[in-house]
Formats: sequence, C-alpha cells, structure tokens
Amino acid sequence: MRNILAIAKVVLVEMYRRKEFYVLFILTVVICLIMGSINIFNDKQVIRYLKELCLLLIWVSSLIIAITMTARQIPAEREQRTLLPLLAKPLSRTQLILGKFLGCWLVCGMCLICFYLFFGALAASREHEWPLMHYLQAAFLHWMALGVVVAMSLLGSLVFAAPSSNSTICFSICAAIMCLGRYLDEIALSLHEPGRSLVYGIYYAIPHLEIPFAMRNLIIHDWPLIEWKFVWLAAFYLVGYMAVFLAAACLVFRRKTVN
Amino acid sequence: MSVILKTEKLRVEFKNRELGQMTKVALQGLDLEVSAGEVFGFLGPNGAGKTTTINVLLGFVQPTSGNASLFGIDVRQPIARRRIGYLPELTYYYKFLTAEELLRFYAEIFGLRRAEADKRIDEALKLVELDSARKRLIKTYSKGMQQRVGLAQALINNPDLLILDEPTSGLDPLGRMKVRSIIQRLKNEGKTVFFSSHELGEVETVCDRVAIVADGNLKAAGSVHAIMQGHPTLEKAFLSIVGCQN
Repeated sequence: MRNILAIAKVVLVEMYRRKEFYVLFILTVVICLIMGSINIFNDKQVIRYLKELCLLLIWVSSLIIAITMTARQIPAEREQRTLLPLLAKPLSRTQLILGKFLGCWLVCGMCLICFYLFFGALAASREHEWPLMHYLQAAFLHWMALGVVVAMSLLGSLVFAAPSSNSTICFSICAAIMCLGRYLDEIALSLHEPGRSLVYGIYYAIPHLEIPFAMRNLIIHDWPLIEWKFVWLAAFYLVGYMAVFLAAACLVFRRKTVN
Repeated sequence: MSVILKTEKLRVEFKNRELGQMTKVALQGLDLEVSAGEVFGFLGPNGAGKTTTINVLLGFVQPTSGNASLFGIDVRQPIARRRIGYLPELTYYYKFLTAEELLRFYAEIFGLRRAEADKRIDEALKLVELDSARKRLIKTYSKGMQQRVGLAQALINNPDLLILDEPTSGLDPLGRMKVRSIIQRLKNEGKTVFFSSHELGEVETVCDRVAIVADGNLKAAGSVHAIMQGHPTLEKAFLSIVGCQN
C-alpha cells in the first residue's frame, strides 16, 4: 500500500506542476461565465439551459483530463526511461499500475471538486440556492465514472502503442456509451439474429457510463434526491468495471518487456 | 564468501514478430556467480548480452529458460531488489521533481522511515555533490548532474549490491574519477559492485574479478590477473578472448 500511495503522490505532483488542468479549467470557466451573462428573451428559466451546458462542458473537460492524463502515464515513463530505475526498486508491476490508477483518479476527483464548486457558485448566483446533496450525488457518481474511464485508459496505454491513438479510442468509446448506451437494448430488439445477440452482448458488456451522466438531470431539473442505497449500488457496479480493467492491465503489463 | 548474484543456464530469446525473421538469442545458457564484497566487471563487445543480463537480474526481461537470483531470491520476486541499487546507462528521472523529492520518493518505496530517509538523502546528495541544487527541478540539471542524481538514487537505500550499467558513459574525466572513488569506497565498506563497462582501463584498476561475454556466451571469467595472463593489458586480453586479432 505504501508503494501505491508513493506513486499516486508523484502523479499528483506531476499534474500540479503541469499546466493542462489549469488551461482546461480556465477555458471552462470563461465559457460558463460568458453563457451566464446571456439573458435570452428575458426568460427567467434560462438558468436551466445554462446549467445543462455548463454540466456538459464539465463532463467533456473532465473526460479530456482523465483520458489524456492517464493515456500518457506508462508510455511517457517508457519513452523517458524513468520506468527502469522505478522497476529496479522492490516494487511490483501491479503496484505500479494501481499507483498510477489511484493518482490519476485522485487528480480527477480534485478537478471535479474545482469544477463543481465553480458551477455551484455560478448557479447559486442566479438561483440563490445551493442544493448541496444533489451536487454531492452527481459529483460522486461522476467521479466513479471517471474511475472506470481512467482504468480503461490505463489498459489502453499498455495495449496501444501511441497515447494519441489510445486517447482517441477511449474518448470515442466513452462518447458512444454516453450517447447510445441506453438505446442498445432497443436496437437489439429491432435486429435479427445473430445481430441481436451481438448487440445484446455489447449492451451487457459495456460499463453504462450514461447512468452517472444522466445524474446531471438531478441538478438541471431539480429532481428529488435518489435514495443513497441506489447511488451506492451504482458505485459498486462501476467499481466492478474498474476492477476488471485494472486486472486486465496488470495481466498485460506483467508479461511486457520494459527494456 | 557467499554468492549473492547467480545465474544458471540463463537463456533469453527475443521473438521477432515480423514474418521470415529469426528469433534473436541474446543469451545462450549463461552461468555467472558474484560473491559478496567483490567488485565484478562484466565485459563484452556491443550486442554481447551484457545489458540483457542486467535486465534479467532486475526483472525487466523474463528469461526464456534458466534461473537468476539475487541474495538467494528469484529475481522475479520484487523483494529480491530490496538490497540492491541500480544505475542505468542512460539516466533520466522525473523532470518535474527536485532531486530531494525524487530521492524521498525512492526512499518511500524502500520503506525507509522519515528520519532515516532524511539522513540517507543528505548523505547521498553530499556524496554526489548535489547538496546545493537539491531544491531545483531535475529538468534544470546538466547531463553530468543528472548522472549524479542517478548515482544518488542508486545509493539511497545503502545497498549491499550495486548494479551499474556503463556508469562512466558520457562523463568527463572528473566525473569518471568520482565514480571510481565511489566504487572504491563501497568496496572498502564491504559492498558488492557489479558493473558493465567498455572502459577497460578503469576495470583493470578497480575490479577484483571480471567476466567476458560475447554472442550471448560466457567466454572467460576469473580474477583480472588470471584473465590478463600472457597479455600486457586487459584490453589485449579482451580482444584475444573475443576473437579479434590486432
């Protein structure tokens, strides 16, 4: 555990000293502020559209941070040859993978705190209320979804040669799941065999990231809170997928020649 | 004296995935033993298998067959690396960390307590003369300074076995002298040093025993004096053993 935490700490320091998060955050803030200043048709309900767009921007920015940061971890270590002195220490490859995952996931968590705090301040400035528990539920499942994305990117970084290809593939998969994931069962019903079985197989195999994505509606439409037992159920479901991707990453990395 | 580094019939093959290309055999049944307290030179021409041997000892590469152990522990176990320090040929470290942060990170991995880590970091940085630059980011360091950071990280856990891959490669004469003096100091402390090098003059000066490999095979092993029997210099003995005539 000590080794995993040490590696996670280094990932946090790296992200703190690199500038990418700050650029994305400032960009997101500027776009949201510009949108927040718009008053269309004097519609007092325009805040709902503002919230929807802001949350979409937050999701896109957080996915970019999660995927690009994680996709670069192992390949950058190999390319810069920092992997060799690291693996020459009493550190297993599994610990390295878990440390990288934990570091990247924690960075995502910190980014989400910044994003949601800013979003909350922006929304509160218009609505004069702050439904904290709604934000907590949405942010928590958002963070769990990013955990799945980080684990998937980490596996991709060991399978694909270039971080750019890994990032593109991961981003495409995430976008496809969020946009089409919930419709796959309906698509399957409209097909004949073997297409139906294939699409059903995909439907049950993929991590349904559209569930946390849909939690935005809690904030946008001021829906009542979801019972916490269902939130924890969704969280355990996502943790299951994290475990699957991480186990696959450990298996792939174990046999890889690093020099 | 106890054997702390051992390979038995070590064979490493790299399969070439391109069609029609043969499998490359990097090591063909290497048998090697290094005893505690000696400075051991591992010599060979380019492509002989020196770095592959070191890669197997450190767990970077899985052997095709045969065994390798450090302190009696199979090299595939991470715990086998608890008492070793390693300096790679090309030294690159996290550019976004300072030297002190890097050493503290490695000290954590070795499980050193805070107080002991602080002491070891101070000692290592003083030894490699980087104490004044400890708070600077590594990306601001010159090549020589990065090499010295490499040496510092190899010594952070006060290792019983130091594995150095071409330690004087790219260093100026002052840097080479510094590395030689560190190796001599470690030897006086009873540590074991295993290093590969092309600088035969240095090997002749500091090593107790040497092994010469070529084409993945062990050609000769023994004391420097025994290897040099009948030859005026280690270089001439080396050329004779690997089959090159003047």
